[in-house]
Amino acid sequence: MDFLSPTSLPDALAARAEHPGAVPIMGGTDVMVELNFDRHRPPALLDLTRVSELATWDRVGDEIRLGAGVTYSRVIAELAAELPGLALAARTVGSPQIRNRGTVGGNVGAASPAGDSHPALLAAHAEVELSSLTGVRRVPAAEFYTGPKRHAGRPDELVTAVWVPAATGPQQFSKIGTRNAMVIAVAALGLALHPEQRSVGTGIGSAGPTPLRARDAEELLAAELDWEGRADVPDPVAEEFGRLVAAAASPIDDVRGTAAYRRHALAVMARRCLAWAWAEAQGREGPRRGEG
Amino acid sequence: MTGTTETTGTTRVGAPGGVGESPLRPDGILKVTGEFAYGSDLWMDDMLWGVTLRSPHPSARILKVDITEALRTAGVFAVLTHDDVPGQKHFGLEHQDQPVLAVDVVRYQGEPVALVAADHPETARQAAKKIVVDYEVLEPVVDARKALLPDAPQLHPHGNLVRHVRIRTGDPHPSAEVVVSGDYEVGMQDQAFLGPESGLAVPDGTGGVDLYVATQWLHVDQRQVCAALGLGPDRVRLRLAGVGGAFGGREDLSMHVHGCLLALHTGKPVKMVYNREESFFGHVHRHPASMHYEYGADRDGRLVYARATIHLDGGAYASSTPAVVGNAGTMGLGPYEIPNIHVDCYGAYTNNPPCGAMRGFGSVQTAFAVEAIMDKLAEAVGLDPVEIRVRNGFHEGSTAPTGQVIDSAAPVAELVQRLRAMPLPPDDGGELDLRRLPGGVANTTHGEGVRRGVGYAVAYKNVAFSEGFDDYSTARVRLAVVGHEPVVTVHTAAAEVGQGLVTVEQQICRTELEVERVVVAPKDTQVGSAGSSSASRQTYVTGGAVRAACQSVRRTVLARAAQRLGVDAATLRLAGDAVVDDLGAVAVTLADLLGTDEVEDTVEWRHRPTYPIDPETGQGNAHVQYAFAAHRAVVDVDVELGLVKVVELACTQDVGKAVNPSAVVGQIQGGSTQGMGLALMEEIQIVAGRITNPSFTDYLIPTILDTPPMPIEVLEYADPHAPYGLRGVGEAPTISSGPAVAAAIRAATGLDLRRVPIRPEDVTGTR
Repeated sequence: MDFLSPTSLPDALAARAEHPGAVPIMGGTDVMVELNFDRHRPPALLDLTRVSELATWDRVGDEIRLGAGVTYSRVIAELAAELPGLALAARTVGSPQIRNRGTVGGNVGAASPAGDSHPALLAAHAEVELSSLTGVRRVPAAEFYTGPKRHAGRPDELVTAVWVPAATGPQQFSKIGTRNAMVIAVAALGLALHPEQRSVGTGIGSAGPTPLRARDAEELLAAELDWEGRADVPDPVAEEFGRLVAAAASPIDDVRGTAAYRRHALAVMARRCLAWAWAEAQGREGPRRGEG
Repeated sequence: MTGTTETTGTTRVGAPGGVGESPLRPDGILKVTGEFAYGSDLWMDDMLWGVTLRSPHPSARILKVDITEALRTAGVFAVLTHDDVPGQKHFGLEHQDQPVLAVDVVRYQGEPVALVAADHPETARQAAKKIVVDYEVLEPVVDARKALLPDAPQLHPHGNLVRHVRIRTGDPHPSAEVVVSGDYEVGMQDQAFLGPESGLAVPDGTGGVDLYVATQWLHVDQRQVCAALGLGPDRVRLRLAGVGGAFGGREDLSMHVHGCLLALHTGKPVKMVYNREESFFGHVHRHPASMHYEYGADRDGRLVYARATIHLDGGAYASSTPAVVGNAGTMGLGPYEIPNIHVDCYGAYTNNPPCGAMRGFGSVQTAFAVEAIMDKLAEAVGLDPVEIRVRNGFHEGSTAPTGQVIDSAAPVAELVQRLRAMPLPPDDGGELDLRRLPGGVANTTHGEGVRRGVGYAVAYKNVAFSEGFDDYSTARVRLAVVGHEPVVTVHTAAAEVGQGLVTVEQQICRTELEVERVVVAPKDTQVGSAGSSSASRQTYVTGGAVRAACQSVRRTVLARAAQRLGVDAATLRLAGDAVVDDLGAVAVTLADLLGTDEVEDTVEWRHRPTYPIDPETGQGNAHVQYAFAAHRAVVDVDVELGLVKVVELACTQDVGKAVNPSAVVGQIQGGSTQGMGLALMEEIQIVAGRITNPSFTDYLIPTILDTPPMPIEVLEYADPHAPYGLRGVGEAPTISSGPAVAAAIRAATGLDLRRVPIRPEDVTGTR
């Protein structure tokens, strides 16, 4: 197995074009598991850890450009205010060691339906930046995930960043695991309120072949929330929101949980995330950063 | 330790760091700094790597094995099948029913079929894939109860029943005013030790072999390896490699014979180390159980009768199933006085993964049923969970279901009353901290749906081997003077698996010989058997042997001094570097007395004999000692999501004598956590005989965020029959913690939860 280790982005893109079968590796928390289980035996690894351009983030207008090499630990420490949903999701990833190695870019590139970043990115209306020798393009997260561990990037492209609108309203993330830490999601939900657009974003994890949006649920809330007066959410609306989130999932029974539980849990998480987010919108409770 | 009571002999006897103290472990610093060499760290420059080809099928006939291509691979030195096993082709702890390498059939997924040795592990793995095995796949038998039906396919020549234990006492047709019953199930738990199976076999150039291996009982391994290789014990020498946890999972052979076969075949050292996935296929697991229980009592809650039918799934090979059935049968009714008893406990062969020893050994499974039934009974007669246990619990002089009279402390009532007296943790209404809530930082609740529950459970468990087994240990102790300083060397074959036996051996030598410097010799087969590091027995049995050897050495030294000085030996004693008289004055220094001589003795030591049980009635003095523990669990359950946070797990345990108090507390903390894990999350999931979660990604064990504060009260009621009055410690807390957690979850949810692990699906009705 070849080990390619470019030290600049142009070199990395050139290597990517030259070795389309090479598997990009950043923190290795996903790729190395696959290799150790001998599930894949790629001809080469394309190590991106020395490409310093990838390990940075910037605020560009109303958006955060989050380089593909920024670790979960840094998202938690540096971006909890701008990207609260993603920071909440990052807190639930693995152990401190994994969060120090693992990157949002790697999570996006692996495109596992159980990846913890995806629900938060979907809810926040993020876009994935794909780069190749021929140019740079941005794909909305909602169009990026095309199947289990498959995405819209071409073999000559690298995930170089995600662009996430800085939060203008409350965001929540909730994830079910059967223990209280270091666990792969049984089901996860991201929720973002976008008051300036009077719209709602959702993202569902681990309950379908890809990360999913619950569009009907988003539309319901966008229409029913009292954006002006911030009146309480009527119980039937919250119930219906939960029901629509669950209905948007297409879960299966597997070793981590049943489909019925996943749907049930999504409905519960949806109602709770809505309650927390709306309480924050009402100013009744501040955003819950810095916990845990 | 808090609230210690009945402490015996608190004044120090012997050198510092003796019995009753908590000196540093000799391997402690190496372990915490990561420098300790485990079995997987073994290395020789010219060694080969061995790998195992395993069956992908739970049940199949082997039509043909073609090793041609594998053998042709560059770098491959040997490819072996059962044809290459020179001695007995089958091994086993109790029945020799398990093939070293599959012969014509495979009976579980993961059964070893062939071996490869190559100059690189990757070469060996790739070559193993080139071995072509033609299987005729058969329908697996996957249900232990169905396996015992007359029309089930017979997996072994003697049928599918491994053992049936019957207990029959009192009235065969009893009746009672209050009757409670239930069906309970326990899933398959794994030992989940962190150091995978590993070893290095080194040929000696004259047809023999030295095996360095991480194991629990060197001599039972040696016996089985010798049989398979067709060699005598002088040709097969074992030495303990660094063991990263065992919990019963290393009682059976793993790579032992395989490594030796490859080493003898190639003439080169061969290392084998399983990866995590292979480890799940490379050792036995805890028996899954299905249990029907019915208890009758009078209106005051006093037990009148008990009926129980217990099925244990032994998987494809017997391993220690007969003994597990013995434990589950004889102790499966809990530590309660019951006059009329009818128990049937079965162990069956299936095509599931083989099951055998795991911490708690048959008692863990039945405790889930018993303790649930006792809570049900308490509710039926209007008592609280503590009172029902106080009213029925064993005490010294109680008669166990086997008819055995318990002849030392059995403080069931005190254990639960002490738990009840401990303050309950506050019901947190304070600042939101996700780490304290069900779901943790995954942010599933800020208090919504959370209900608190409290549950109690009691456990008892036999210490050491039972039912007439000749259970002994051997210790060699040597006293010498090195550079004017007395040094004791203690040599046993007792496996240090992490529990701290090496420290205990030093402590006993210090107390008995008054010498501070004690060297623990490497554990090997150059000394007699110590028995297994199992059944909470090593401090008792090997501790007893070390003490006896020390006493013998002491007698010899004092006799020699008495002779030299012309005084009565009874007026002399050891004190540091000298023999002193009855006034404490130096009579002669050890340097003077011994010079360059060494005083050494080797002692074989046995606990009181046990006896087989009657095959029809289960009566007999089967067990030598019982350990007792109790737990109170406090849980918060998110009843809408089915997630659980154990808030506190309090334990009381009688240890007879805390030989090393900090190690005792460590055992209680670890055992409690392992038992809690079974109640909440730990299960090898099996579909049609296949393991679906052979990794730590999906076989979940508690993390520190799942592990609650554990208030512990250690009681020390000396057992007059045991060395220092001690009781084995390691298993009892593993048995009662899970049932207490399950009881607390029932209390929080109001659900009659009958299967562990309790999954979110069970709480939310979405299974």
